[in-house]
Amino acid sequence: MAEQFTKSMARNIYYGGGFFFFLLLIGLTVDTMLDLPKRDHRENITIAVAQGKKHWEDNNCIGCHSLLGEGAYFAPELGNVFQRRGGGDEETFKQFLISWMGVQPLPIPGRRKMPQFHLSKQEINELAEFLIWTSRINNNDWPPNIEG
Amino acid sequence: MKYTSQQVAKPYFVFALILFVGQILFGLAMGAQYISGDFLFPYIPFNVARMVHTNLLIVWLLFGFMGAAYYLVPEESNTELHSPLLARISFWVFAAAGVATILGYLLVPYSRLAEITYNDLLPTMGREFLEQPTITKIGIVIVCLAFVYNIGMTILKGRKTVINMVLITGLIGLAVFFLFSFYNPSNLVLDKYFWWWVVHLWVEGVWELILGAILAFVLIKVTGVDREVIEKWLYVVIALALISGLIGMGHHYYWIGPGKYWLWMGSIFSALEPVPFFMMVMFAFKVVKQRRHEHKNQVATLWALGTAVMAFLGAGIWGFIHTLAPVNYYTHGSQLTAAHGHLAFFGAYAMIVMTIISYAMPILRGRPQGNPRTAQRLEKFAFWTMCISMIGITLALTAAGAGQIALQRLPEAGKALSFMNTQEKLIPFYWVREVFGLVFFVGLIAYLSSFFVGKTDKLANA
Repeated sequence: MAEQFTKSMARNIYYGGGFFFFLLLIGLTVDTMLDLPKRDHRENITIAVAQGKKHWEDNNCIGCHSLLGEGAYFAPELGNVFQRRGGGDEETFKQFLISWMGVQPLPIPGRRKMPQFHLSKQEINELAEFLIWTSRINNNDWPPNIEG
Repeated sequence: MKYTSQQVAKPYFVFALILFVGQILFGLAMGAQYISGDFLFPYIPFNVARMVHTNLLIVWLLFGFMGAAYYLVPEESNTELHSPLLARISFWVFAAAGVATILGYLLVPYSRLAEITYNDLLPTMGREFLEQPTITKIGIVIVCLAFVYNIGMTILKGRKTVINMVLITGLIGLAVFFLFSFYNPSNLVLDKYFWWWVVHLWVEGVWELILGAILAFVLIKVTGVDREVIEKWLYVVIALALISGLIGMGHHYYWIGPGKYWLWMGSIFSALEPVPFFMMVMFAFKVVKQRRHEHKNQVATLWALGTAVMAFLGAGIWGFIHTLAPVNYYTHGSQLTAAHGHLAFFGAYAMIVMTIISYAMPILRGRPQGNPRTAQRLEKFAFWTMCISMIGITLALTAAGAGQIALQRLPEAGKALSFMNTQEKLIPFYWVREVFGLVFFVGLIAYLSSFFVGKTDKLANA
């Protein structure tokens, strides 16, 4: 590196740059927090949705599935499973989820296996509520198509 | 070794490598499950294997970082470690907590683990990489506090070199940002937004400071190049890492709820994220070229150069490939993400830990000029085997990702294949990945063996 570029200049860029961009991140975060209620529709987070998220976490669903593209890539994306498997109809989706989770693990040799989680009907309904709420987050229209 | 208290690093390094072996074994099991879906089911379902694989990675890297700090901080500070006893106690606490947590994952269903650890009191479990029971997370915080306190006190009473200051900043950041793991609101968007404050601000933020500091330390030692030169480079690298990486976090905010401006903000800044890694490559090679002496521990220099190159490829190039929002729209959450994850974590973090181990372990074992020649030769073989096979894994996953995008993401609805049908078509790529995984395991065995060979050689440092 050029001789006129000294260590103290490099140090100032580190401290100054790090500090400035951290402040910028805080500022953007505040702005995002003000903007998010319009996009996540938190007014629709009912007790059932919150309970559903808890079941989602307690059974480590993210260990195989992705949700809004994050998680593991071993099993299908579930951010839009409400549209894919329920056709956008809440009752259809809940019925589907209850029967689907009831028959796991599918007895097909060689197929990836989803464990049987022994959830009650109410718990599955709550899980469905959570996935329905999730599917309605304004997330810039991801995924590109229904297959997730 | 200048100070006897540096010896506390040894168990940290040894335990890190033991966990590393576990990580790879579970990786191989998952690789097999990608080929034959019911492999090991119901004994080890995929989600359990993945949790063990990723958590072991995180924990062994933390052990590695701690060992690195305990080794290099006393030497940099010109003083004994503040409290070797505290370091030894926290080692056992951390090791016990780590082993208990992994056993918990393996022995009981996850929901049961949540129950018996009273997750309901403060629910933090069930989120990717943060699967640890809340009680374990609290343990991690306590261990980190004890660690940062010990290292901080050592630096306070001793010489405050640039390496020390950068390292302690990184370590404090590591501890502080981990606190976001306790924030788990029922609003998924907020949950995800701040989840990244742990995950991104670790691996694309403060961990880069730790990486830079360790690399700079090893380069000073093996090349004898003037500290002033190396410190200037270190500042440049980490400055660019923070400048690009902090707002670069935006690349995680494209599709999880936050507003549209993150699309271009994230794209611009994360497009700059390869720059510090490129500078690191330049820096490492330049310094080695200007070396003032021939250190007999050649393989440590190889690791130092290797980590710079592999980090640039994995974090820099493979990150850039899918970081721009219009590209990421199609690649997000595909096997391409997995490709990037593997090469980046291995190149940047697994390799920096092996770099410091390669340099420090021989010294801790009474071989100041490095391991005997046979051992170094085997370690070099291991280095190349692991690096090449990891590139093989990455290329296989990249091809799988490209296939997945072409079959499942790009076609319009109706023409696109379903996720499960797509995965079936990708099995040949998963075979390639698994074979490279096995080669990697051979490299790892060779690496571990290198610690035990060459004892009968005429000592290089005699």
